[in-house]
Amino acid sequence: MSSLKDFTKGFIKENPVLVTLLGMCPALAVTTMASNGIGMGLATTFVLVGSNIVISLLKKVIPGAVRLPCYIVIIAGFVTLIEFLLKGYAPALYDSLGIFLSLITVNCIILGRAEVFASKNKLIPSILDGLGMGLGFTLALFLMGAIREIIGTGAIFGFSIPFISENPMSVFIMPAGGFFTLGVIIAIVNKLKKKKPPKEIGCACCPSANSCALKSEEGGCEQC
Amino acid sequence: MLKLVIIMVSAVLVNNIVLSQFMGICSFLGVSKVIKNSLGMGMAVIFVMLCATAVTYPVYKFILVPFEIEYLRTVAFILLVAMFVQLVEIVLKKTMPPLYKALGVYLPLITTNCAVLGVTITNIDEEYTFIQSITNALGTGIGFTVAILLFSGVRSRIDAATGIPETFKGVPSTLIAASIVALSFMGFGGLFG
Repeated sequence: MSSLKDFTKGFIKENPVLVTLLGMCPALAVTTMASNGIGMGLATTFVLVGSNIVISLLKKVIPGAVRLPCYIVIIAGFVTLIEFLLKGYAPALYDSLGIFLSLITVNCIILGRAEVFASKNKLIPSILDGLGMGLGFTLALFLMGAIREIIGTGAIFGFSIPFISENPMSVFIMPAGGFFTLGVIIAIVNKLKKKKPPKEIGCACCPSANSCALKSEEGGCEQC
Repeated sequence: MLKLVIIMVSAVLVNNIVLSQFMGICSFLGVSKVIKNSLGMGMAVIFVMLCATAVTYPVYKFILVPFEIEYLRTVAFILLVAMFVQLVEIVLKKTMPPLYKALGVYLPLITTNCAVLGVTITNIDEEYTFIQSITNALGTGIGFTVAILLFSGVRSRIDAATGIPETFKGVPSTLIAASIVALSFMGFGGLFG
């Protein structure tokens, strides 16, 4: 049953965006529409599963000292792949995701999973972990995109919603609305979990966590 | 010249990298707790952005384009940025200890900051010339510094605030404060069309 846990932990319990607070840049930037959120989430899932597979298989070959550059190159390779695929098969999505497609390379979630999970586990758990985390990310992005699209434009997936569509609050599809929506969603998740909100932002994404000098400095990097 | 001024103002204020393009949120939220650290981080970001642009631009123009392998730019750029940050760290440590002391701790944090990779890719996408790219990198770096400095000021007030509901303490209240700061930056929209 542990493999089932590897798969489902990313949905709610360790949801990358809402609980461990990783990958916030794309979560804020592309979620002006629910469909963009889903597209970004699935693209990230593809890269995450691919890089988890390769890193898990190569974990004995990659020397510890240069592992981060190795991971980054593997991840960047999969990002280039998905760029080609989307350009060919979903050009509209490719255009609306824009630069954030390339920036999947530096998405904290992927490097974080490589470092924390794939480099220590066997192939099958790594695939499940990547799939679960990726789908959790997609779920969070869809939720944000849907809320922002409904309130901000009064429509979702092209269907307009009565009452709201007459006077949509367009601030919600602007940058300020992104920060606000994410803040409120995280607060709601905290409430549902009946747990104190995380005061600190996790260090798992930070590949320099081991050598981070701010860690010891008082009032330094809050992430550490 | 006018074009350069427009690029500069647009990068610093109108299209602020953090507050309207959502890049570098991790370090924006992570390091903005203390004003002194924010300034150091901002300076390090300006420095790395300038250097990264100066390195990636020639590589793109003189290696990737002639060989028609532009699609490899994501791989090439992230490697160059990572390698360069490491190099800068070593060189600064040996040659300019005071500067290393001021910026050094922030350098490793910047390698995976998406703002740096973002700027180098934007320069290519917008088809800027070399001078324009450097201007854009400088402007973006200054924009990051302005945003993180302003925000760390706001944040010290939040931390002192009492009466925030339990569920909103910590990250949620920080994000909502960021939303208000982003709202104020929207006022710059339309400054240059």
